[in-house]
Amino acid sequence: MIRNSDQIQAIEKSYNHALQRGKAQILVCAGTGCMASGSPAVYDGLMAELKKRDLHTTIDCLLEDEHADSGVTVVNSGCHGFCEKGPLVRIEPEGILYTKVQVEDVVEIVDAVVAETVVERLLYHDPRTNEAFAKEHDIPFYKYQTRVALCNCGEIDPEDIRAYMAHDQGYQGIANALAMSPEQVNEQILSANLRGRGGGGFPAGRKWSIAAAQKADQKYIICNGDEGDPGAFMDRSIMEGDPHSVLEGMMIAGYAIGASKGYIYVRAEYPLAVQRLKNAISQAQAAGLLGDNILGSGFSFQIQVKEGAGAFVCGEESALIASIEGQRGMPRPKPPFPAVAGLWGKPTIINNVETLANVSRIMTKGVDWFTSIGTPSSPGTKTFALTGEVENTGLIEVPMGRTIEEVVFKIGGGIRGGRKFKAVQIGGPSGGCLTEDQLDITLDFDSLQQVGAMIGSGGLVVMDENTCVVEVARFFMNFIQNESCGKCTFCREGTLQMLNILQRIVDGKGTLEDLDLLVEVGEMVQIGSLCGLGKTAPNPVLSTLENFRDEYVAHIKDKRCPAGVCEALKRFVIVADKCKGCSRCAKTCPVGAISGEVRSPYVIDVEKCIKCGACVEVCKFMAIEEVS
Amino acid sequence: MNTVTEIVESTAVDPNFIASVLREMGTESAALIPILQAIQERYRYLPEEALVEISRALGLSMATVYGVATFYAQFSLEPKGKYVIKVCDGTACHVRGSLPVYDAIRRKVNLVDGRSTTEDKLYTVETVSCLGACGLAPVVTINDKVYGQMTAEAIRLIIDTLEQEGITDD
Repeated sequence: MIRNSDQIQAIEKSYNHALQRGKAQILVCAGTGCMASGSPAVYDGLMAELKKRDLHTTIDCLLEDEHADSGVTVVNSGCHGFCEKGPLVRIEPEGILYTKVQVEDVVEIVDAVVAETVVERLLYHDPRTNEAFAKEHDIPFYKYQTRVALCNCGEIDPEDIRAYMAHDQGYQGIANALAMSPEQVNEQILSANLRGRGGGGFPAGRKWSIAAAQKADQKYIICNGDEGDPGAFMDRSIMEGDPHSVLEGMMIAGYAIGASKGYIYVRAEYPLAVQRLKNAISQAQAAGLLGDNILGSGFSFQIQVKEGAGAFVCGEESALIASIEGQRGMPRPKPPFPAVAGLWGKPTIINNVETLANVSRIMTKGVDWFTSIGTPSSPGTKTFALTGEVENTGLIEVPMGRTIEEVVFKIGGGIRGGRKFKAVQIGGPSGGCLTEDQLDITLDFDSLQQVGAMIGSGGLVVMDENTCVVEVARFFMNFIQNESCGKCTFCREGTLQMLNILQRIVDGKGTLEDLDLLVEVGEMVQIGSLCGLGKTAPNPVLSTLENFRDEYVAHIKDKRCPAGVCEALKRFVIVADKCKGCSRCAKTCPVGAISGEVRSPYVIDVEKCIKCGACVEVCKFMAIEEVS
Repeated sequence: MNTVTEIVESTAVDPNFIASVLREMGTESAALIPILQAIQERYRYLPEEALVEISRALGLSMATVYGVATFYAQFSLEPKGKYVIKVCDGTACHVRGSLPVYDAIRRKVNLVDGRSTTEDKLYTVETVSCLGACGLAPVVTINDKVYGQMTAEAIRLIIDTLEQEGITDD
């Protein structure tokens, strides 16, 4: 049992000392992405190979035997963020990163560890220059990042509480907090100006102050891990890769507002996060860091994991509370805000996963350190899930205030295959599309709000010239329409009407009046909806209508999809120069849409054509092309 | 659904199992969702008689229980297939072509019209909003096993292998 902060420091010291005595530590990524790519087999392979050569040791062996000064430890780590290049294996203390490691590679890796060399072919190679990078932090993808919330992800074994304490002073934050009064802790978070990372950017300290001022026999802290925005996975990575930082943040929040009970509401789709969090809770309980009289302070705190059941709207505070209470997850009018009357009518603070991870860091490293990162109005960093058509996709973290250009081109490495950048969709179904002219906009709460977009949870989906923005707008509207809880008429019916209009447009049946109607209905949905889901639902449509109106018009007037995506607008044509007039296509066409004279070019009647593509498959001269 | 399977399925609900779930989760109204989750996990759907029993034990109206059961995407009132194939249609997967993969799976397992489960109850094919493995887009899961960077061709091969060898249920 840990009773004071000295004991935490003692564990930190002995653990790090033990690590240093080992020859090396091999970290195998065990995030969802790398596990899907085969990292468990790599882990087993490395274990077996090390055991075979009698090189294997464990942290426990090194801790027990102070004279032990050799051996290699292998542990599973959380997500490194570079999922596309997985399975990822990292060799410490050098920080060498191997990519796309397969079980066949383990012998070579162990050889290199023994010889203190590197396996050149497994290193990351720049796709343009083919330059190889040995160390993780030299790779452009990592070089331009500043990792605060993700500082432990990929660095430590998320299933070992001691690793958390040893790396970056884990659990020192709660120890520091407990040495202050709750008011002082609140003051710290207020002066750090930590703004909620879940979307809105509301200052966490202000929310806490409201709850702290309430008089109640019970208060609650809820960690919102219902990360529903399609295209965002930072909270999953933190819960999987650094669960203790979430627990520590909740404990600090609990102390600040006077709550003794916390819930972590995790999405049903994240089973690994649930497992890691439950494991972390039982370890923290066993260590005496959760439970009664934490670190002898008299402060008691318990945490329970609640699994969601699959409803996007539960990311909204009042809907989430309803879900924990066992009801349909439907939002209710505010005020009263949850900080006044939340779970079971008691004052409740709901913070996002990333926000809570930041709370732990602020209480460990101090307000001045935190505010030295980022911009004055948005201090600190923000994680982004960089996906879509960029060379390097993955989870990144940068100081607030970086430009979109830096993120897409420096970290993301630009557009795949040298194609042309078209737009970046930010903030998921609540956000907007930004164009090439807006690449110099900085990523922070206020700048994005000014251009009608929002950070949201931090999804950045990069689109190139082959992505149809109208289809993307339809995609988001379809998502929202499915997820609307049905309480407010404007959200329930308005999004359905907007979806129908968008569907008409991508099917080539839209009219120009439809565009005005989209704006009109969109504005009504914004005004007439109760919660953020409905209020922001029209954003993807309205922002693309503003920035890419000509693409909508092309679908309507020219019956053409400039990106060549929309099925209904595709046409097949026979290239006269290539056609030899063999008549194979005409014989194959199931609807008799192709006609012509043998030995002269055939033609396709677009009215009759059903776009089955059968003609393309049979043509020996590749004379039939799909155009849009 | 024909009557024969209905009878077989309804008699398949084990009252002892329901009782043990109720003992473990308690009968507070807040326990409703975890109870439904446990039943969904065991039977791959929520049998009507289980819902009746829960409504009685928790003192909630059948309408309330039904309301919750139909609100959340995780719950199903129809039996799901032995293999539940979920195609991620989050933004990243969508722009990298998740729908052609979805269509390929439906064709492969012969799903027609609006059905999501095959007649033989072997496959359920559905889309899911985001699995959070966007770096590997497009992503497909089969009974919680994750397959990344899918193509129509790759998923057909995976289903072939599945049919030959079978995969574990967990």
